Amino acid sequence: MRATDQLGEFRPVTPPGGARREWQRAELVAAWPQTATARSLLLRPAHWQPHLPGQHYLVRLTAPDGYTAQRSYSVASTAARAGVVELVVERLADGEVSPHLHDVLEVGETVEVRGPFGGYFTWSATTPAALIGGGSGVAPLMSMLRAWREVGGPVPLRMVVSVRAPGQLWFADEYGPETTVVYTRRAPAGLRRPPGRLDADTLTAALDGLPADATVYVCGSHGFAEHVGRLLVAQHRDPARIRIERFGPS
Amino acid sequence: MSSESPVTRGFFGRRRRGDQRLPPGQYDVGDDFPVLTAEVTPQLATENWTFTIEGLVARDRTWSWAELRALPHSTFHGDIHCVTAWSKLGTSFTGVSVDDLLALTPPLPAAGYVLAWSHTGYTTNLELADVIDGRAWVVWEHEGRPLPVEHGGPARLLVPHRYFWKSAKWIAGLRLLDHDEPGFWEQNGYHDRGDPWREERYAGD
Repeated sequence: MRATDQLGEFRPVTPPGGARREWQRAELVAAWPQTATARSLLLRPAHWQPHLPGQHYLVRLTAPDGYTAQRSYSVASTAARAGVVELVVERLADGEVSPHLHDVLEVGETVEVRGPFGGYFTWSATTPAALIGGGSGVAPLMSMLRAWREVGGPVPLRMVVSVRAPGQLWFADEYGPETTVVYTRRAPAGLRRPPGRLDADTLTAALDGLPADATVYVCGSHGFAEHVGRLLVAQHRDPARIRIERFGPS
Repeated sequence: MSSESPVTRGFFGRRRRGDQRLPPGQYDVGDDFPVLTAEVTPQLATENWTFTIEGLVARDRTWSWAELRALPHSTFHGDIHCVTAWSKLGTSFTGVSVDDLLALTPPLPAAGYVLAWSHTGYTTNLELADVIDGRAWVVWEHEGRPLPVEHGGPARLLVPHRYFWKSAKWIAGLRLLDHDEPGFWEQNGYHDRGDPWREERYAGD
């Protein structure tokens, strides 16, 4: 519009014709641990539709008296894996939904889902990008990384993943030379960088060679997003090219 | 809608809707005040901050920070509802009502809609009826303290009877229009009106 126009250009992504995305049943077809506290759920929605990397689904649970609880989870898989979506759920000790998805939901059972949603925090691997994730914020970025690989890595991509300790890294065996992993509390033996928050030098090195017009996707807690946003602006990255997804409480 | 939902084996839920102030699908976030902005938090100095009302009004008006603060203050006490399902109950914001602003530059008869825009380029749309009659404010205080920058400081729009994405942070102005013009999230799959009591979260709800 005017002023700084920080949000820049974006392509509207609404359902075809503004159609409502209905609640539908989705069967759990597989589940596996990402870490001690994170579980990947492979769900098969009854009426699957292709999603863009970065989009999310809602999951809804219903109690016998009709009480419902819903939460949103980013999709980590890509639409190339037709018919299913991979959601990763961090188990929150005091959570209402995540303990159920960890401890109760079994393969063959169904939950209700709604989606895909989200039109801004999406990337289709056609323009240069940096993906910067904190903790479980890596989930939508993994869909982007996988999509980029599926089309042969046609554009420059850098990824930065920040986790507290080695055992908390999601998708640990999927990162390649495009990715820098930062350990904030405890690092694996043999790593030169001591554990600590993502700093300016590490970020500069991680984004080395990335064009100035690259879009930067940041996903994590509010504190992580603020920190990374400040580092990026200090490094003269255009705020109009920084897209942020912050976790809500859930 | 809930009555149609199939029961999930082994799920009983913990956050019962005991409070009639909670719209459907919402839960009480308590003392928290989550931040869910899609852009880098801007650093806006009040010295060159402005707020504008333009479009279908008697005449375009722009206020400086000092001029806006000199207008009659009013305080909202009540509840806010985020589309991500948290609600914050019994909170308060202080600022100037949109009624008091529009009194200084009245809408033309053709005006029926508002596009709010922020200093970051964020936009959101509302019906004119949703921002008059004591239902919307430009606020600079939250619970008696200056509005923190991550919550939209120095000033944000407050439209508490709509989902909170309508309450644009870092508000820069209101443009009065004779037609509805979808804003940022409204172009990205979210509902045009966003009434929490009708659970208007996504397009088509």
